[in-house]
Amino acid sequence: MNLEDFLYHPSEWLKGTGPHSNIVMSSRIRLARNLSKQPFPNKANRKNLMDTLEVVEAALKMINYFNEAVIFHIHELDNVDRRFLVERHLMSHEHATSPEGKALVVSKEEVLSVMINEEDHLRIQAMQSGLNLTEAWNVINSVDDSLSNQLEFAYLPDWGYLTACPTNTGTAMRGSVMLHLPALVMTKQINKVLAAIAKLSFASRGFYGEGTQASGNFYQISNQVSLGHSEEEIIQNINGLIRQVIEQEEQARQALLIQNRPMLEDKIFRSLGILRNAHIISSQETVELLSMVRLGIDVDIIKDIDRKNVNELLIMIQPAHLQKIDGKKLSSSARDIKRASIIREKLGATAL
Amino acid sequence: MQCDICGKKKATVHLTEIVDEQMSEMHLCEDCAKEKSVQMEQQFGLADLLAGLTDFGKQVKSVEAVKIECSNCGMNYDDFRKFGRLGCSECYPAFREQLGTLLKKIHGSNRHHGKAPIKMSAVVKEKMETIEELRYQLQQAIENESFEKAAEIRDKIRELEQQKNS
Repeated sequence: MNLEDFLYHPSEWLKGTGPHSNIVMSSRIRLARNLSKQPFPNKANRKNLMDTLEVVEAALKMINYFNEAVIFHIHELDNVDRRFLVERHLMSHEHATSPEGKALVVSKEEVLSVMINEEDHLRIQAMQSGLNLTEAWNVINSVDDSLSNQLEFAYLPDWGYLTACPTNTGTAMRGSVMLHLPALVMTKQINKVLAAIAKLSFASRGFYGEGTQASGNFYQISNQVSLGHSEEEIIQNINGLIRQVIEQEEQARQALLIQNRPMLEDKIFRSLGILRNAHIISSQETVELLSMVRLGIDVDIIKDIDRKNVNELLIMIQPAHLQKIDGKKLSSSARDIKRASIIREKLGATAL
Repeated sequence: MQCDICGKKKATVHLTEIVDEQMSEMHLCEDCAKEKSVQMEQQFGLADLLAGLTDFGKQVKSVEAVKIECSNCGMNYDDFRKFGRLGCSECYPAFREQLGTLLKKIHGSNRHHGKAPIKMSAVVKEKMETIEELRYQLQQAIENESFEKAAEIRDKIRELEQQKNS
Protein backbone atom coordinates (compact mmCIF):
# COMPACT_ATOMS: atom_id res chain seq x y z
CA MET A 1 0.00 0.00 0.00
CA ASN A 2 1.34 3.45 -0.86
CA LEU A 3 0.08 7.00 -0.83
CA GLU A 4 -1.73 6.72 -4.19
CA ASP A 5 -3.84 3.83 -2.85
CA PHE A 6 -5.44 6.16 -0.30
CA LEU A 7 -7.01 8.07 -3.19
CA TYR A 8 -9.23 5.15 -4.15
CA HIS A 9 -9.99 3.97 -0.61
CA PRO A 10 -12.06 6.69 1.06
CA SER A 11 -11.36 7.11 4.78
CA GLU A 12 -13.55 5.03 7.06
CA TRP A 13 -14.64 8.12 9.03
CA LEU A 14 -16.12 9.74 5.90
CA LYS A 15 -18.73 7.06 5.32
CA GLY A 16 -21.48 9.24 6.77
CA THR A 17 -22.94 6.65 9.16
CA GLY A 18 -23.01 6.20 12.93
CA PRO A 19 -25.05 7.98 15.63
CA HIS A 20 -26.33 11.47 14.71
CA SER A 21 -24.55 11.36 11.34
CA ASN A 22 -27.07 13.89 9.98
CA ILE A 23 -25.24 16.52 12.08
CA VAL A 24 -22.04 14.90 13.31
CA MET A 25 -19.49 14.20 10.61
CA SER A 26 -16.84 12.45 12.70
CA SER A 27 -15.42 11.83 16.18
CA ARG A 28 -11.75 11.78 17.03
CA ILE A 29 -9.70 10.91 20.12
CA ARG A 30 -6.08 11.96 20.35
CA LEU A 31 -3.58 10.82 22.99
CA ALA A 32 -0.15 12.35 23.55
CA ARG A 33 2.53 10.04 24.92
CA ASN A 34 6.23 10.55 25.63
CA LEU A 35 9.12 8.26 26.41
CA SER A 36 10.42 8.66 29.94
CA LYS A 37 13.61 10.79 30.20
CA GLN A 38 14.09 11.05 26.40
CA PRO A 39 14.24 14.78 25.40
CA PHE A 40 10.95 15.99 23.86
CA PRO A 41 11.20 16.59 20.07
CA ASN A 42 11.70 20.38 20.45
CA LYS A 43 14.72 19.76 22.71
CA ALA A 44 16.02 16.66 20.90
CA ASN A 45 19.07 16.38 18.68
CA ARG A 46 19.15 14.31 15.50
CA LYS A 47 20.28 11.18 17.29
CA ASN A 48 17.54 11.50 19.94
CA LEU A 49 14.91 11.84 17.21
CA MET A 50 16.22 8.79 15.34
CA ASP A 51 16.31 6.72 18.54
CA THR A 52 12.71 7.66 19.34
CA LEU A 53 11.63 6.86 15.79
CA GLU A 54 13.26 3.44 15.93
CA VAL A 55 11.79 2.27 19.25
CA VAL A 56 8.31 3.63 18.51
CA GLU A 57 8.15 2.08 15.04
CA ALA A 58 9.29 -1.27 16.48
CA ALA A 59 6.64 -1.10 19.23
CA LEU A 60 3.86 -0.26 16.76
CA LYS A 61 4.79 -3.24 14.58
CA MET A 62 3.97 -5.56 17.51
CA ILE A 63 0.35 -4.34 17.65
CA ASN A 64 -2.40 -6.12 15.68
CA TYR A 65 -4.16 -2.89 14.69
CA PHE A 66 -1.05 -1.90 12.73
CA ASN A 67 -0.61 -5.18 10.85
CA GLU A 68 -1.23 -3.61 7.47
CA ALA A 69 -0.11 -0.11 8.42
CA VAL A 70 1.87 2.23 6.18
CA ILE A 71 4.84 4.21 7.51
CA PHE A 72 5.75 7.55 5.97
CA HIS A 73 9.01 9.29 6.77
CA ILE A 74 8.03 12.89 6.28
CA HIS A 75 11.37 14.10 4.85
CA GLU A 76 11.01 11.57 2.00
CA LEU A 77 7.70 13.11 0.87
CA ASP A 78 7.32 16.14 -1.42
CA ASN A 79 5.12 19.09 -0.50
CA VAL A 80 2.03 17.81 -2.33
CA ASP A 81 2.24 14.44 -0.59
CA ARG A 82 2.65 16.07 2.82
CA ARG A 83 -0.31 18.34 2.18
CA PHE A 84 -2.32 15.34 0.96
CA LEU A 85 -1.91 13.67 4.37
CA VAL A 86 -2.88 16.88 6.16
CA GLU A 87 -6.00 17.23 3.99
CA ARG A 88 -7.04 13.70 4.99
CA HIS A 89 -6.79 14.71 8.67
CA LEU A 90 -4.08 12.10 9.22
CA MET A 91 -1.49 14.57 10.46
CA SER A 92 -1.10 18.19 11.54
CA HIS A 93 0.30 21.18 9.63
CA GLU A 94 3.04 21.32 12.22
CA HIS A 95 4.10 17.78 11.35
CA ALA A 96 4.39 18.65 7.66
CA THR A 97 6.77 21.55 8.27
CA SER A 98 10.32 20.87 9.55
CA PRO A 99 10.13 17.15 8.64
CA GLU A 100 13.45 16.11 10.19
CA GLY A 101 13.11 12.89 12.21
CA LYS A 102 9.32 12.81 11.85
CA ALA A 103 7.15 9.92 10.74
CA LEU A 104 3.48 9.08 10.29
CA VAL A 105 2.03 5.60 10.72
CA VAL A 106 -1.45 4.97 9.30
CA SER A 107 -3.50 1.85 9.99
CA LYS A 108 -5.75 0.12 7.47
CA GLU A 109 -8.93 2.11 6.64
CA GLU A 110 -7.28 5.16 8.26
CA VAL A 111 -8.96 4.49 11.61
CA LEU A 112 -5.71 4.98 13.54
CA SER A 113 -2.75 7.19 12.84
CA VAL A 114 0.35 7.94 14.86
CA MET A 115 2.54 10.99 14.43
CA ILE A 116 6.03 10.30 15.72
CA ASN A 117 8.13 13.25 16.92
CA GLU A 118 5.52 15.94 16.47
CA GLU A 119 5.28 18.10 19.61
CA ASP A 120 5.31 14.92 21.70
CA HIS A 121 7.05 11.63 20.91
CA LEU A 122 3.73 10.02 20.03
CA ARG A 123 0.45 11.56 19.00
CA ILE A 124 -2.01 8.73 18.52
CA GLN A 125 -5.37 9.43 16.89
CA ALA A 126 -8.48 7.32 16.34
CA MET A 127 -11.28 8.47 14.04
CA GLN A 128 -14.88 7.27 13.76
CA SER A 129 -17.83 8.29 11.62
CA GLY A 130 -20.74 10.01 13.44
CA LEU A 131 -20.90 10.71 17.20
CA ASN A 132 -18.83 7.79 18.41
CA LEU A 133 -16.14 8.95 20.83
CA THR A 134 -16.63 5.86 22.97
CA GLU A 135 -15.71 3.49 20.13
CA ALA A 136 -12.72 5.68 19.22
CA TRP A 137 -11.68 5.57 22.90
CA ASN A 138 -12.01 1.77 23.08
CA VAL A 139 -9.71 1.36 20.07
CA ILE A 140 -7.12 3.91 21.18
CA ASN A 141 -7.16 2.71 24.81
CA SER A 142 -6.27 -0.80 23.75
CA VAL A 143 -3.49 0.47 21.46
CA ASP A 144 -2.16 2.61 24.33
CA ASP A 145 -2.16 -0.39 26.69
CA SER A 146 -0.20 -2.50 24.22
CA LEU A 147 2.29 0.33 23.68
CA SER A 148 2.71 0.97 27.40
CA ASN A 149 3.52 -2.70 27.85
CA GLN A 150 6.53 -2.25 25.59
CA LEU A 151 7.61 1.37 26.11
CA GLU A 152 8.17 3.21 29.36
CA PHE A 153 5.94 6.28 29.11
CA ALA A 154 6.61 9.53 30.97
CA TYR A 155 4.12 9.47 33.86
CA LEU A 156 3.71 10.68 37.43
CA PRO A 157 0.99 9.25 39.71
CA ASP A 158 -0.30 12.71 40.71
CA TRP A 159 0.06 14.47 37.32
CA GLY A 160 -0.58 11.64 34.90
CA TYR A 161 1.03 11.55 31.46
CA LEU A 162 3.72 14.19 30.99
CA THR A 163 3.67 16.20 27.77
CA ALA A 164 5.84 18.89 26.15
CA CYS A 165 3.11 21.47 26.75
CA PRO A 166 1.45 21.57 30.19
CA THR A 167 -1.93 22.25 28.57
CA ASN A 168 -1.98 18.54 27.64
CA THR A 169 -0.71 17.06 30.90
CA GLY A 170 -2.84 14.51 32.78
CA THR A 171 -4.86 12.22 30.54
CA ALA A 172 -3.09 13.92 27.60
CA MET A 173 -6.35 13.24 25.80
CA ARG A 174 -8.23 15.46 23.41
CA GLY A 175 -11.66 14.35 22.20
CA SER A 176 -13.10 16.28 19.28
CA VAL A 177 -16.28 16.12 17.29
CA MET A 178 -16.79 17.61 13.83
CA LEU A 179 -20.27 19.12 13.55
CA HIS A 180 -22.17 20.48 10.57
CA LEU A 181 -24.31 23.36 11.82
CA PRO A 182 -25.82 25.16 8.80
CA ALA A 183 -29.20 25.93 10.39
CA LEU A 184 -27.62 27.55 13.47
CA VAL A 185 -25.56 29.71 11.11
CA MET A 186 -28.57 30.62 8.90
CA THR A 187 -30.71 31.53 11.90
CA LYS A 188 -27.78 33.58 13.30
CA GLN A 189 -27.63 31.63 16.55
CA ILE A 190 -24.18 30.16 16.03
CA ASN A 191 -22.25 32.86 17.93
CA LYS A 192 -24.44 32.37 20.96
CA VAL A 193 -23.77 28.63 20.86
CA LEU A 194 -20.01 29.07 20.36
CA ALA A 195 -19.84 31.55 23.24
CA ALA A 196 -21.56 29.04 25.53
CA ILE A 197 -19.13 26.33 24.44
CA ALA A 198 -16.13 28.58 25.22
CA LYS A 199 -17.58 29.37 28.65
CA LEU A 200 -17.64 25.66 29.47
CA SER A 201 -13.89 25.38 28.70
CA PHE A 202 -14.33 23.69 25.35
CA ALA A 203 -12.63 24.87 22.16
CA SER A 204 -14.31 25.32 18.78
CA ARG A 205 -12.26 25.34 15.60
CA GLY A 206 -12.62 25.03 11.83
CA PHE A 207 -12.52 22.03 9.49
CA TYR A 208 -8.74 21.77 9.66
CA GLY A 209 -8.28 22.23 13.39
CA GLU A 210 -6.13 24.64 15.29
CA GLY A 211 -5.84 28.08 13.74
CA THR A 212 -8.30 27.44 10.91
CA GLN A 213 -11.47 29.38 10.16
CA ALA A 214 -14.77 27.61 10.13
CA SER A 215 -15.88 27.05 6.54
CA GLY A 216 -18.91 25.35 5.08
CA ASN A 217 -20.57 25.54 8.50
CA PHE A 218 -18.26 22.86 9.91
CA TYR A 219 -17.13 23.24 13.51
CA GLN A 220 -14.79 21.06 15.49
CA ILE A 221 -15.46 21.04 19.23
CA SER A 222 -12.97 19.61 21.71
CA ASN A 223 -12.12 19.53 25.43
CA GLN A 224 -9.52 21.98 26.76
CA VAL A 225 -9.02 20.46 30.18
CA SER A 226 -7.01 17.23 30.38
CA LEU A 227 -6.10 17.03 34.09
CA GLY A 228 -8.47 16.28 36.95
CA HIS A 229 -11.03 14.13 35.12
CA SER A 230 -10.72 10.56 33.90
CA GLU A 231 -10.82 9.80 30.17
CA GLU A 232 -14.36 8.41 30.50
CA GLU A 233 -15.55 11.51 32.36
CA ILE A 234 -14.09 13.81 29.71
CA ILE A 235 -15.84 11.81 26.98
CA GLN A 236 -19.11 11.92 28.92
CA ASN A 237 -18.79 15.70 29.25
CA ILE A 238 -18.13 16.16 25.54
CA ASN A 239 -21.03 13.88 24.65
CA GLY A 240 -23.34 15.83 26.95
CA LEU A 241 -22.35 19.12 25.39
CA ILE A 242 -22.52 17.82 21.80
CA ARG A 243 -26.02 16.38 22.38
CA GLN A 244 -27.19 19.84 23.40
CA VAL A 245 -25.67 21.44 20.32
CA ILE A 246 -27.28 18.73 18.16
CA GLU A 247 -30.65 19.49 19.72
CA GLN A 248 -30.23 23.22 18.99
CA GLU A 249 -29.32 22.48 15.37
CA GLU A 250 -32.29 20.10 15.00
CA GLN A 251 -34.65 22.77 16.32
CA ALA A 252 -33.20 25.40 13.99
CA ARG A 253 -33.61 23.01 11.03
CA GLN A 254 -37.25 22.35 11.98
CA ALA A 255 -37.89 26.08 12.32
CA LEU A 256 -36.46 26.74 8.86
CA LEU A 257 -38.52 23.92 7.35
CA ILE A 258 -41.76 25.11 8.92
CA GLN A 259 -41.36 28.87 8.54
CA ASN A 260 -39.36 29.16 5.37
CA ARG A 261 -39.42 25.96 3.35
CA PRO A 262 -39.46 27.59 -0.14
CA MET A 263 -36.40 29.71 0.75
CA LEU A 264 -34.58 26.65 2.07
CA GLU A 265 -35.46 24.52 -0.98
CA ASP A 266 -34.37 27.33 -3.28
CA LYS A 267 -31.00 27.68 -1.52
CA ILE A 268 -30.37 23.94 -1.53
CA PHE A 269 -31.35 23.32 -5.17
CA ARG A 270 -29.46 26.39 -6.44
CA SER A 271 -26.36 25.07 -4.65
CA LEU A 272 -26.81 21.66 -6.24
CA GLY A 273 -27.43 23.32 -9.62
CA ILE A 274 -24.16 25.23 -9.48
CA LEU A 275 -22.17 22.18 -8.36
CA ARG A 276 -23.67 20.05 -11.16
CA ASN A 277 -23.03 22.65 -13.87
CA ALA A 278 -19.99 24.75 -12.94
CA HIS A 279 -16.84 24.43 -15.04
CA ILE A 280 -14.59 26.58 -12.84
CA ILE A 281 -15.00 26.60 -9.07
CA SER A 282 -12.87 27.54 -6.03
CA SER A 283 -12.55 25.29 -2.98
CA GLN A 284 -14.13 27.92 -0.74
CA GLU A 285 -17.27 28.14 -2.93
CA THR A 286 -17.40 24.36 -3.25
CA VAL A 287 -17.33 23.80 0.50
CA GLU A 288 -20.10 26.35 1.04
CA LEU A 289 -22.31 24.79 -1.64
CA LEU A 290 -21.60 21.23 -0.48
CA SER A 291 -22.72 22.31 2.99
CA MET A 292 -26.11 23.28 1.54
CA VAL A 293 -26.36 20.01 -0.40
CA ARG A 294 -25.50 18.03 2.75
CA LEU A 295 -28.28 19.91 4.58
CA GLY A 296 -30.61 19.05 1.70
CA ILE A 297 -29.83 15.35 2.14
CA ASP A 298 -30.16 15.54 5.94
CA VAL A 299 -33.62 17.14 5.85
CA ASP A 300 -34.77 14.85 3.02
CA ILE A 301 -35.14 17.60 0.42
CA ILE A 302 -32.48 15.97 -1.79
CA LYS A 303 -33.19 12.27 -2.19
CA ASP A 304 -30.90 11.11 -4.98
CA ILE A 305 -27.46 11.76 -3.46
CA ASP A 306 -25.66 9.74 -0.82
CA ARG A 307 -24.22 11.66 2.16
CA LYS A 308 -21.01 9.65 1.74
CA ASN A 309 -20.44 11.25 -1.69
CA VAL A 310 -20.68 14.74 -0.22
CA ASN A 311 -18.30 13.85 2.64
CA GLU A 312 -15.77 12.39 0.22
CA LEU A 313 -15.99 15.43 -2.04
CA LEU A 314 -15.12 17.73 0.87
CA ILE A 315 -11.70 16.04 0.96
CA MET A 316 -11.28 15.26 -2.76
CA ILE A 317 -11.65 18.89 -3.84
CA GLN A 318 -8.72 20.04 -1.68
CA PRO A 319 -5.62 21.20 -3.63
CA ALA A 320 -3.24 18.30 -2.94
CA HIS A 321 -5.97 15.72 -3.59
CA LEU A 322 -6.75 17.25 -6.99
CA GLN A 323 -3.07 17.08 -7.91
CA LYS A 324 -2.76 13.46 -6.78
CA ILE A 325 -5.87 12.54 -8.79
CA ASP A 326 -4.46 14.26 -11.88
CA GLY A 327 -0.99 12.85 -11.27
CA LYS A 328 0.76 16.18 -11.79
CA LYS A 329 1.25 19.63 -10.33
CA LEU A 330 -1.63 22.00 -11.14
CA SER A 331 -1.77 25.79 -10.96
CA SER A 332 -4.53 27.37 -8.93
CA SER A 333 -6.65 28.10 -12.04
CA ALA A 334 -6.08 24.59 -13.43
CA ARG A 335 -7.23 23.21 -10.08
CA ASP A 336 -10.48 25.21 -10.26
CA ILE A 337 -11.24 23.54 -13.61
CA LYS A 338 -10.27 20.05 -12.43
CA ARG A 339 -12.32 20.54 -9.26
CA ALA A 340 -15.45 21.42 -11.22
CA SER A 341 -15.06 18.37 -13.43
CA ILE A 342 -14.65 15.99 -10.47
CA ILE A 343 -17.75 17.44 -8.79
CA ARG A 344 -19.83 17.07 -11.97
CA GLU A 345 -18.72 13.48 -12.26
CA LYS A 346 -19.50 12.66 -8.63
CA LEU A 347 -22.83 14.54 -8.29
CA GLY A 348 -24.03 14.55 -11.88
CA ALA A 349 -23.85 10.82 -12.48
CA THR A 350 -27.08 10.30 -10.55
CA ALA A 351 -30.00 11.23 -12.83
CA LEU A 352 -32.59 13.70 -11.58
CA MET B 1 -9.15 49.22 36.69
CA GLN B 2 -8.20 51.45 33.72
CA CYS B 3 -5.39 50.76 31.27
CA ASP B 4 -2.05 52.34 32.28
CA ILE B 5 -1.30 53.44 28.70
CA CYS B 6 -4.52 54.73 27.12
CA GLY B 7 -6.32 55.32 30.40
CA LYS B 8 -9.62 54.63 28.62
CA LYS B 9 -10.34 50.94 28.34
CA LYS B 10 -10.57 48.39 31.10
CA ALA B 11 -7.25 46.77 31.96
CA THR B 12 -7.47 43.02 31.41
CA VAL B 13 -3.76 42.25 31.06
CA HIS B 14 -1.78 42.52 34.28
CA LEU B 15 1.93 42.23 33.89
CA THR B 16 4.45 41.83 36.69
CA GLU B 17 8.03 42.40 35.69
CA ILE B 18 11.03 41.46 37.75
CA VAL B 19 14.12 43.29 36.58
CA ASP B 20 17.23 43.25 38.79
CA GLU B 21 15.13 41.96 41.66
CA GLN B 22 12.90 45.04 41.41
CA MET B 23 9.26 44.23 40.91
CA SER B 24 6.97 46.48 38.90
CA GLU B 25 3.35 46.01 37.86
CA MET B 26 1.57 47.14 34.71
CA HIS B 27 -2.14 47.02 33.91
CA LEU B 28 -3.10 47.20 30.23
CA CYS B 29 -6.16 46.86 28.04
CA GLU B 30 -6.01 44.18 25.34
CA ASP B 31 -5.35 46.67 22.52
CA CYS B 32 -2.46 48.40 24.23
CA ALA B 33 -1.06 45.03 25.29
CA LYS B 34 -1.08 43.93 21.65
CA GLU B 35 0.73 47.09 20.57
CA LYS B 36 3.37 46.50 23.14
CA SER B 37 3.66 42.89 22.05
CA VAL B 38 7.12 43.06 20.46
CA GLN B 39 8.56 44.33 23.69
CA MET B 40 6.36 42.05 25.69
CA GLU B 41 7.10 38.80 23.96
CA GLN B 42 10.34 38.62 25.86
CA GLN B 43 8.85 39.48 29.24
CA PHE B 44 5.61 37.74 28.81
CA GLY B 45 6.35 34.05 28.43
CA LEU B 46 4.49 31.96 25.88
CA ALA B 47 3.62 29.56 28.67
CA ASP B 48 1.71 32.31 30.44
CA LEU B 49 -0.17 33.17 27.27
CA LEU B 50 -1.03 29.54 26.63
CA ALA B 51 -2.70 29.31 29.93
CA GLY B 52 -4.24 32.75 29.64
CA LEU B 53 -2.22 33.59 32.71
CA THR B 54 -1.61 37.25 32.56
CA ASP B 55 -0.63 37.61 36.19
CA PHE B 56 1.85 34.80 36.06
CA GLY B 57 4.75 37.10 37.01
CA LYS B 58 3.47 37.19 40.57
CA GLN B 59 4.11 33.52 41.01
CA VAL B 60 7.79 33.93 40.37
CA LYS B 61 8.54 35.04 43.88
CA SER B 62 12.24 35.43 43.38
CA VAL B 63 14.75 35.54 40.60
CA GLU B 64 15.99 32.21 41.92
CA ALA B 65 12.97 30.38 40.49
CA VAL B 66 13.90 31.14 36.89
CA LYS B 67 17.37 29.68 37.46
CA ILE B 68 16.16 26.18 38.42
CA GLU B 69 17.52 23.75 35.89
CA CYS B 70 16.44 20.24 34.84
CA SER B 71 19.38 17.93 35.43
CA ASN B 72 18.30 15.54 32.67
CA CYS B 73 17.96 17.90 29.67
CA GLY B 74 19.48 21.16 30.93
CA MET B 75 16.37 23.29 30.36
CA ASN B 76 15.90 26.08 32.90
CA TYR B 77 12.60 27.47 34.07
CA ASP B 78 13.08 30.79 32.32
CA ASP B 79 13.45 29.00 28.94
CA PHE B 80 10.21 27.20 29.63
CA ARG B 81 8.47 30.50 30.38
CA LYS B 82 9.67 31.91 27.06
CA PHE B 83 8.89 28.96 24.80
CA GLY B 84 6.00 27.34 26.61
CA ARG B 85 7.39 23.85 26.03
CA LEU B 86 9.20 21.64 28.52
CA GLY B 87 12.39 19.81 27.58
CA CYS B 88 11.76 16.28 28.88
CA SER B 89 9.73 14.31 31.42
CA GLU B 90 12.25 15.12 34.18
CA CYS B 91 11.47 18.85 33.88
CA TYR B 92 8.20 18.10 35.71
CA PRO B 93 9.77 17.01 39.00
CA ALA B 94 12.52 19.65 38.56
CA PHE B 95 9.98 22.52 38.31
CA ARG B 96 7.42 20.83 40.56
CA GLU B 97 6.50 23.86 42.64
CA GLN B 98 6.02 26.24 39.70
CA LEU B 99 4.30 23.67 37.47
CA GLY B 100 1.93 22.63 40.24
CA THR B 101 0.53 26.16 40.35
CA LEU B 102 0.51 26.47 36.56
CA LEU B 103 -1.32 23.14 36.06
CA LYS B 104 -3.93 24.16 38.60
CA LYS B 105 -4.52 27.42 36.73
CA ILE B 106 -4.75 25.73 33.33
CA HIS B 107 -6.89 22.75 34.27
CA GLY B 108 -8.56 23.83 37.51
CA SER B 109 -6.94 20.79 39.13
CA ASN B 110 -3.48 19.38 39.69
CA ARG B 111 -4.46 15.83 40.44
CA HIS B 112 -4.63 13.17 37.70
CA HIS B 113 -7.74 10.95 37.70
CA GLY B 114 -7.25 8.92 34.55
CA LYS B 115 -5.53 5.74 33.50
CA ALA B 116 -1.96 4.64 34.25
CA PRO B 117 0.55 2.93 31.97
CA ILE B 118 1.16 -0.79 32.36
CA LYS B 119 4.95 -0.55 32.44
CA MET B 120 6.33 1.84 35.03
CA SER B 121 9.82 2.63 36.23
CA ALA B 122 10.82 1.50 39.73
CA VAL B 123 10.78 5.14 40.86
CA VAL B 124 7.21 5.71 39.66
CA LYS B 125 6.08 2.38 41.09
CA GLU B 126 7.56 3.29 44.44
CA LYS B 127 5.66 6.59 44.38
CA MET B 128 2.44 4.76 43.49
CA GLU B 129 2.86 2.67 46.63
CA THR B 130 3.43 5.27 49.31
CA ILE B 131 0.77 5.30 52.05
CA GLU B 132 -0.35 8.77 50.99
CA GLU B 133 -0.83 7.76 47.36
CA LEU B 134 -2.58 4.53 48.34
CA ARG B 135 -5.01 6.45 50.59
CA TYR B 136 -5.89 8.61 47.60
CA GLN B 137 -6.36 5.55 45.40
CA LEU B 138 -8.57 3.98 48.08
CA GLN B 139 -10.79 7.03 48.15
CA GLN B 140 -11.04 6.93 44.33
CA ALA B 141 -11.89 3.24 44.32
CA ILE B 142 -14.69 3.82 46.85
CA GLU B 143 -16.06 6.74 44.85
CA ASN B 144 -16.08 4.56 41.74
CA GLU B 145 -17.70 1.75 43.71
CA SER B 146 -14.84 -0.61 42.86
CA PHE B 147 -15.03 -2.27 46.25
CA GLU B 148 -12.88 -5.26 45.42
CA LYS B 149 -10.06 -2.96 44.39
CA ALA B 150 -10.69 -0.82 47.48
CA ALA B 151 -10.28 -3.85 49.76
CA GLU B 152 -7.01 -4.74 48.05
CA ILE B 153 -5.66 -1.23 48.54
CA ARG B 154 -6.83 -1.17 52.16
CA ASP B 155 -4.89 -4.38 52.86
CA LYS B 156 -1.81 -2.89 51.22
CA ILE B 157 -2.05 0.23 53.41
CA ARG B 158 -2.38 -1.92 56.56
CA GLU B 159 0.64 -3.93 55.53
CA LEU B 160 2.72 -0.78 54.97
CA GLU B 161 1.60 0.71 58.27
CA GLN B 162 2.57 -2.45 60.14
CA GLN B 163 5.98 -2.43 58.48
CA LYS B 164 6.43 1.16 59.53
CA ASN B 165 5.50 0.44 63.14
CA SER B 166 7.64 -2.63 63.58
